[in-house]
Amino acid sequence: MAMSKRQRAIYLRYAQYALILIVVAAIVVAADWAKLRDSFFKPDLVKEQFPDIIKIALKNTIIYTACAFAFGLVVGLILALMRLSSIGPWRWLATAFIELFRGLPALVVFLALGPGFATAFPDYEIPFGNIGTVTLALGSVGAAYMAETIRAGIQAVPKGQMEAARTLGMSHNRAMISVVVPQAFRIILPPLTNELILLTKDSSLIYILGLALDEYELTKWGREGMNGAANLTPIIVVGFCYLIITVPLSIVVRRMEAKSERAR
Amino acid sequence: MTTLSNNEPIEPSDRTAAAIDVQQLHKYFGNNEVLKGIDFHVAPREVVCVIGPSGSGKSTLLRCVNLLETPTSGKIFVEGIEVTDPDVDVDRLRSRIGMVFQQFNLFPHMSVLRNLTIAQTKVRKRSKDESIEVARRNLEKVGLAEKEDAFPAHLSGGQMQRVAIARALSMDPELMLFDEPTSALDPELVGDVLSVMKDLASDGMTMMVVTHEMGFAREVGDKLVFMDGGVIVESGDPAEVLANPQHDRTQSFLSKVL
Repeated sequence: MAMSKRQRAIYLRYAQYALILIVVAAIVVAADWAKLRDSFFKPDLVKEQFPDIIKIALKNTIIYTACAFAFGLVVGLILALMRLSSIGPWRWLATAFIELFRGLPALVVFLALGPGFATAFPDYEIPFGNIGTVTLALGSVGAAYMAETIRAGIQAVPKGQMEAARTLGMSHNRAMISVVVPQAFRIILPPLTNELILLTKDSSLIYILGLALDEYELTKWGREGMNGAANLTPIIVVGFCYLIITVPLSIVVRRMEAKSERAR
Repeated sequence: MTTLSNNEPIEPSDRTAAAIDVQQLHKYFGNNEVLKGIDFHVAPREVVCVIGPSGSGKSTLLRCVNLLETPTSGKIFVEGIEVTDPDVDVDRLRSRIGMVFQQFNLFPHMSVLRNLTIAQTKVRKRSKDESIEVARRNLEKVGLAEKEDAFPAHLSGGQMQRVAIARALSMDPELMLFDEPTSALDPELVGDVLSVMKDLASDGMTMMVVTHEMGFAREVGDKLVFMDGGVIVESGDPAEVLANPQHDRTQSFLSKVL
């Protein structure tokens, strides 16, 4: 049977729709829905999570992430400027920091700064307890990643911008602060948001420090709930809570990108 | 050492000083000698146009005057102050030399007004009110008073270049450098920019203009300099040089562009 190219394309398209439909149907038929609902979405267990999961776990996840991100952003900017410095030792120090904290798993950094620090310097402690430690540990990891992003953003600002600022009599530093860095941040807004989303998820590693109940963040909360109820429902609720944080972030950034695109 | 104070005009160490005085300037990029011993002068209130084929070193010469390029050897004096003296305060010097670029280089994240006020407040330390007043006066001068709230992206090329001129003027420069100010513009927008520059010249501004606009050079320029291969081949009265070039290279260049 001879088919025209166009006909073949149409058949191929419907064949794909059919395939997807068959897979979905097979899953629907094969799944034991009552059992699934009981293990993943038990209504009374869902109800039991609220409101404390918001008031404690979600709130703590946001606090830990915000502290680490703020710290990481400031240190990342400093590291980026050090990497671009004409003074060798600044560049080497920044490179060493970045390679170290980018190369180590975040969990190892938490261990080093939590139990490790306490053992090595028994007379000192990191201020602000667990929040201080998570800020320092997660923030350092974030700073290492963000430093490279910020540096790339600074280098992506056209050279003429620095020249125009210098021509007006601005010093190098003034031109960086007023002209180059603000433009760099517009360029790197999307990758920075990615970093924020990654930090949100990595804040779960704080469990390694040992937490009091009112310090629980989402993952710890979910695991404790799961163990207590011998049911996966708490973890599913936690999953939704993470999405409540991350999906709006993505939307906000898409809006900001569209806006700065218009201003360009 | 001569110090440049913030608010006073540059005090020339030599009262008879030229606005720009370049002596035996050499500039290498790596092993490539792009300026081969340039002597070049601009008198106060004079408009000097520099023409020449691309790669002739004319933009490099202009960029050496405010040290966007560092001369390899030779001396440059601006308003009697030695620019090439390692002790000179480059930032203060530059704040007195207006510069306009081919690519405009407006700050895209700032409104037009902010583009004009930022260096006034951060460098010249003027109050916000004063800097806004100066900015508005200069926007009016270039015919864009109604655009103060616009962002650069919403302006045409010609408007951007006029804003760039107004931005340079807002620092009350002693002289202005123009690096091919109309080369990136659509032909129908060139006229607006040139007429602003013409007004500036008739106000008595000292100007060094690297350009391909022979009409402007003839009409507004006091002196025309032709460069090729890193040397000044010929210079003189613009109408005279354009109508009656003395050197073969000048003749062949002009026969191509006119």
